[in-house]
Amino acid sequence: MDKNARKIKAKKAAGLRKAVQAGWGILSNAYIQGFLPGDPVIYQGNLKQVCVPGMNCYSCPGALGSCPIGSMQAIFDSRNRGIGAYVIGYLAIIGLFVGRFICAWLCLFGLLQELLYKIPTPKLTVPEKIDRPLRYLKYLMLFVMVFLLPFFYRSQYGAGEPFFCKYICPVGTLEGGIPLVLLNSMMRGALGWLFRWKFLLLILCVAASVFIYRPFCKYICPLGAFYGLFQKVSLIRMRVDREKCVDCGICAGTCRMNVDPRRMPNSNECIRCRACIHACPMQALSMGIGPGQTQMQRQAGQAAKDVKEQ
Amino acid sequence: MKREAPLKVTIALIPLAMALCVLGICRGEVATVLAKAINICMECIGLG
Repeated sequence: MDKNARKIKAKKAAGLRKAVQAGWGILSNAYIQGFLPGDPVIYQGNLKQVCVPGMNCYSCPGALGSCPIGSMQAIFDSRNRGIGAYVIGYLAIIGLFVGRFICAWLCLFGLLQELLYKIPTPKLTVPEKIDRPLRYLKYLMLFVMVFLLPFFYRSQYGAGEPFFCKYICPVGTLEGGIPLVLLNSMMRGALGWLFRWKFLLLILCVAASVFIYRPFCKYICPLGAFYGLFQKVSLIRMRVDREKCVDCGICAGTCRMNVDPRRMPNSNECIRCRACIHACPMQALSMGIGPGQTQMQRQAGQAAKDVKEQ
Repeated sequence: MKREAPLKVTIALIPLAMALCVLGICRGEVATVLAKAINICMECIGLG
């Protein structure tokens, strides 16, 4: 396939991915009644027993499902101090099947960041010295703000707090806070320092997204951190065919999450957007079930089978 | 390149994750999730 044909194919694939992201975003926030002005009404049906796989605030007026990160904290900070087995197990099943595939395909906040990055401005490459340690911040968010603090902290009245949702999450401000405040005058009267703080974080996140590709996903998102833990054991994995790879580095140059698929095809940072697969001129990259085998390994396996049969 | 887990590991982990999910359901965690999700979460939207 020549360079131009590859480019067209990659563009089409990227368009399809964005359409899936947008479609999923609309589908999971399709409770129209919630967007009508007046008293705030959110969906209260049984669908909210189930979490959506991506970041999506359950207080968004249109939300039909629950936020996995919010739900996890709600179980931890409840009075009977749950162990979060339902949500952890549910997310682990998703992680074991597809890893961080959800981040690229079914996360509305991810799509928003990608669209902001399309604004034509000079783009910023975070120096590796800063980028590498910052990547660990999302694990800190997961273990401290989502697991430890909601589980152990109790106020003098015995109530826990969803620390990540309350003090950090810009998704809640964007999808829940802003629409509800705009639609309801009583809520506008209740705005205080917390809303201002969270609004500031949202503005910083939006501004950073114009210059850096998916900064929230790279550095902050606890859900991405959780799914990332399953990348190397998930059913669906990236594969590199070593016999076809000519080490040209085009895949690494294409990856906006700064992953080098030649060295770490199933890095915790890969969101499985498939951009590298479409960019590879040798078709050495693919996505399939399990670690996969190279042509040489397949031949060796077949030869061993033949010897056994004889 | 680091060695990756064989498929057997993945296949063994999936029932474990399912069991964890079922354990949570049996402990009544679904009701906790629903109770939180059907009311506006004031902390999440920055008002609480």
